[in-house]
Amino acid sequence: MWEYTDKVREHFFNPRNVGEIENADGVGEVGSLACGDALKLTFKLDKDGRIADAKFKTFGCASAIATSSVLTELIKGKTLDEAMNVTNKDIADYLGGLPEQKMHCSVMGREALEAAIANYQGGEVKKHELEGHVVCTCFGVTDVEIERVVRENDLTTVEQVTNYCKAGGGCGGCHGEIEKIIERIQGEKASRRVPPVPQKGRKLTNIQKMQLIQQTINEQIRPALRAHGGNIELIDIEGDKVTVAFRGMCAQCHLAEFTMKDVVETKLREFVSEDIIVEEDKDSVEEGHVHKG
Amino acid sequence: MQTIYFDNNATTRVADEVFEAMQPYFCDLYGNPSSMHTFGGQVGIQVRQAREQVAALLGCHPSEIIFTSCGTEADSTAILGTLAAVPHRRKVITTRVEHPAVLTVCRDLENRGYHVIELGVDKQGRLDLGELESQLDDDTAIVTIMAANNETGTIFPIEKIAEMVTERGITFHTDAVQIVGKIPLNLSETPIHLLSLSGHKLHAAKGVGVLYVRKGTRIAPFLLGGHQEGGRRAGTENVPGIVGLGKACELAARYMDDENTRVKALRDKLESAILASCPDSRINGDPENRLPNTTNISFEYIEGEAILLMLDRFGICASSGSACTSGSLEPSHVLRAMGVPFTAAHGSIRYSLSRYNTEDEVDFTIEKMPQIIERLRELSPFVGQVSV
Repeated sequence: MWEYTDKVREHFFNPRNVGEIENADGVGEVGSLACGDALKLTFKLDKDGRIADAKFKTFGCASAIATSSVLTELIKGKTLDEAMNVTNKDIADYLGGLPEQKMHCSVMGREALEAAIANYQGGEVKKHELEGHVVCTCFGVTDVEIERVVRENDLTTVEQVTNYCKAGGGCGGCHGEIEKIIERIQGEKASRRVPPVPQKGRKLTNIQKMQLIQQTINEQIRPALRAHGGNIELIDIEGDKVTVAFRGMCAQCHLAEFTMKDVVETKLREFVSEDIIVEEDKDSVEEGHVHKG
Repeated sequence: MQTIYFDNNATTRVADEVFEAMQPYFCDLYGNPSSMHTFGGQVGIQVRQAREQVAALLGCHPSEIIFTSCGTEADSTAILGTLAAVPHRRKVITTRVEHPAVLTVCRDLENRGYHVIELGVDKQGRLDLGELESQLDDDTAIVTIMAANNETGTIFPIEKIAEMVTERGITFHTDAVQIVGKIPLNLSETPIHLLSLSGHKLHAAKGVGVLYVRKGTRIAPFLLGGHQEGGRRAGTENVPGIVGLGKACELAARYMDDENTRVKALRDKLESAILASCPDSRINGDPENRLPNTTNISFEYIEGEAILLMLDRFGICASSGSACTSGSLEPSHVLRAMGVPFTAAHGSIRYSLSRYNTEDEVDFTIEKMPQIIERLRELSPFVGQVSV
């Protein structure tokens, strides 16, 4: 059970400003059904350029609804410049705090506000625009968004980043990249996750090399394949030749030769040794074996 | 405020008779059943009686019962103990909809080099037995498939599966924590090798479980360090828990009919009334083969945690497969394996009843549900937008 403050419960059970403003000056939509939460924010300006009215509609948990309600309360009466200064932290603070795993709800509020203001200023754009390049493909989170939550909330771990913007919460394949972003911003303060990413570069015994290959497959490769309905099995290791078999969706993929093998080889070269050659064992693929969605 | 408890697949209320049976074993009869003195020895007699009570419910011999600390321990012991006993076999077959107590163990085995097959399910959560059969081979060490799903209540045909698997000389384990006490089982009539059950799912206390090990099944012990349970599970017995579980099994046999008539009727009433009064709602699972106490209903366009909190305000306890309730970011692995669309998976609610529920409680919930669903849909940006 989540420990919500009385204020969160109050705004959840009695949300303010529910609805949609007709002929709104700004409309912002973020999130989706697939993501598990979504928010549509609409506002109208008065003749002095202040937000005269703001309304929301939210699909999501109690904290998503409560943060949306607070967002509308916070921005009413503000100019757009003032409203732009509202951070996710302001929203969370107003509610007396949110559980760590729910901080992404407050970030969603801030993003909806930005989208609505951009819509007012730029006209067409209602959806939250993706800036930068996508780091987390599971939840579609870009480096720009990750950098922002790290800066604004002084985050130092991948887990925190996941709590604040969902990045890294799916297959886990982007944890390394998130770590690099945190390190770039926080420097010394960044705390590495445990266990650390396998390190290459030292002289390995055969047994160490085999273990490192298995570890790299387990931690760096399998989670990403699994997220897309596939899997990988390590069949054999002979010197630098690594034989693997692809299962599930990966086995059926006609592009397997060009994509999967290369992905695995790239990862193993990155984490184990530059000399690794990956071969696919096609004989061991089970026939007539179809995974269902 | 009254509590209406519809979360019995999570845990159950300890039966009064069970509590009463346990009480003497804390402050009065606290001896160690392994001791040589009469004071401890008399406790050993009670543990033996409990073993007989459990065996009677399952239709097996008391020597085939190993007491554990929980269902999870029973599952781990069954899988890892079997693999240790047949080290030359490297393949494990399970399903995508298992409880984490099985699924997490299997995925860990995969990381340790085992070849793990996770069988998929169809939209109603049913297995394709043909697919299972095609996977059975001489390298398969164990097949572990649950008897009934904790989230949807869908029942798998484990007797049929057990025959298919054991005919090939492969060990078959079933996680039966949700089915014991709800559906009659007779292990003397099916070749199941290993079966896990959990005390607190059938009105016994938390902290006690059972692994049934069919005579002649090769399995290595999981916990070492003592001779208890015939050397198959070391550790001083949880005497009060075991005595209580024995009593709970006796009661389960007595109330089996009630579970399948009165409790089932309450579930059916709750389910059909909700489906009728809440538009865009649907059942998840196989309505034909389902636990009599469980219904899992999806409400489109709204999110499960919000529904649970609204229910909570009326004292109604249920659970959800939504991402937000678990703290993870993705909805239930069971619903996803069934291909339930995200729109419905996030808004899924499980009601699981027990013999302690009353018709008044069901009626009260039926009355409250439509207003909760309507209220949350007023807040949702998707209502009237998305075609399903």
